[in-house]
Amino acid sequence: MTGVAIVGAGMHRFGRTEGVSGRAQAVHAARAALADAGLTFQDMQFGFGGSHSAGDADTLVSELGLTGLPFINVANGCATGGSALISAQAAIASGAHDVGIVIGFDKHPRGAFDTDPADHGIGSWYGETGLMVTTQFFGMKIQRYLHEHDIDPAVLATIAEKAFRNGARNPMAWRRTALGAEEIAAAPMISHPLTQYMYCSPGEGAVALVLCRDDLARTYTDRPVFLRGAAFRSRRYGSFEVFSPWVALDRAASPTVEASRAVFEAAGVAPSDVDLAQVQDTESGAELMHMAETGLCSDGEQADLIRAGATEIDGRLPINTDGGCLANGEPIGASGLRQVHENVLQLRGDAGARQVPGAPQVGFTHVYGAPGISACTVLTR
Amino acid sequence: MTFVDDSLLTETPEGPALLGSRCTNCSAHTFPRQAGCPRCTGSAMEDVPLARTGRLWTWTVQGFRPKPPYTGTETHEPYGVGYVELADQLLVESRLTESDPDRLRIGLPMELVIRSFRDDDGGGGPTRTFAFAPVTGADR
Repeated sequence: MTGVAIVGAGMHRFGRTEGVSGRAQAVHAARAALADAGLTFQDMQFGFGGSHSAGDADTLVSELGLTGLPFINVANGCATGGSALISAQAAIASGAHDVGIVIGFDKHPRGAFDTDPADHGIGSWYGETGLMVTTQFFGMKIQRYLHEHDIDPAVLATIAEKAFRNGARNPMAWRRTALGAEEIAAAPMISHPLTQYMYCSPGEGAVALVLCRDDLARTYTDRPVFLRGAAFRSRRYGSFEVFSPWVALDRAASPTVEASRAVFEAAGVAPSDVDLAQVQDTESGAELMHMAETGLCSDGEQADLIRAGATEIDGRLPINTDGGCLANGEPIGASGLRQVHENVLQLRGDAGARQVPGAPQVGFTHVYGAPGISACTVLTR
Repeated sequence: MTFVDDSLLTETPEGPALLGSRCTNCSAHTFPRQAGCPRCTGSAMEDVPLARTGRLWTWTVQGFRPKPPYTGTETHEPYGVGYVELADQLLVESRLTESDPDRLRIGLPMELVIRSFRDDDGGGGPTRTFAFAPVTGADR
């Protein structure tokens, strides 16, 4: 089967950019990715893209160029970028196309997400009575996880501290000021045991990637990065997921576990081969739990790894090297592609002040979101 | 006083209970009721009252007043939220009457109660919903 390479990567900085629409940020990212590949929009044979609340990706052609290409909108919440990548991979691997673009962007209002229960097939009572709140789910999931694996909650502040420290080294990040663990732990409690600085905020940003057949990659760049696998999974009966008025007594693995296994199998690499990982850190407990769900470590092992510095940029298993969602915020449509963009920079050796030392070879990304979905990728040099 | 959604409740000799569905093929339970079985993918579901007592499976406390569609009382008091394990049925998500982290723990015996979550400030009149309360005098 034809392999797929990433030959162009572009981004509009994350955070708040007053007066610049989400669509304009997407166009900025697309032009940056095209320039990075030495190509123009005229060269694109297909497009996949999406945003959650900043407009339809297919309308970007009015600004990028009316070339007649098939541009397909994707909408999978936090996995929107992952779904766009999977679609692009299929379009190239099938032989249908040689080169194309994926674009993820968003611009959310301030404050926590306000989701309509009806969009999730849930009665209005669920929202009216104050249960349709994503932050609650993450508080309850980590509460249970800390209990089951006897983990000291103090590690939650340590994780957030790392995120802001990494974000301070990333010129594209939103939160660029380091915060101490004590200040993080003492911040107002949002959803016990998680404080304000342990949660990411809805934000803005855009990312675009240009992909092509692997045998063409060196015509566009001398440093291609290869997409070895991309996988998406939805929830099984018995997994504990956000926006669930009830959960089965039977316990099942989360979609993260299944998507991770699938992507490692497709890529032909083991979790132990991973040189750096970007995992969904909607809040710091999510990073902790996802480290194990993705197979990067075992349940209960995280606190020791984190305290020993293993997940730092210069550690054995650097995690969320760009500051993750905590330092970049979460523009839903752009978040997953941000992770891939970061791994492209790291594998090329272009990550500047936050570059992982030792010329990393294998990068892993993972997103998780409502209504119980996960998308993962493996990239190699 | 009105209840937020009458389809969620049923009366039993012991008092009001949450109304769920049970699959007549594989015995999976759901709440609220639904027509399709998420476990065996069948569509032979029957109504079943859910247990009125259980044990706390996990919990948190809602620290800030949620945005709409939340319609609770304007003056925000943090409220507990948790999943209560109802034996042989399911885990049900619910508001909790207790919001002090020092008085909540996984495994705590809980019982169903009906509580107001919205006063009449909005002009629509007070509205009640279901909640779970720690069982009085339960062994902690």
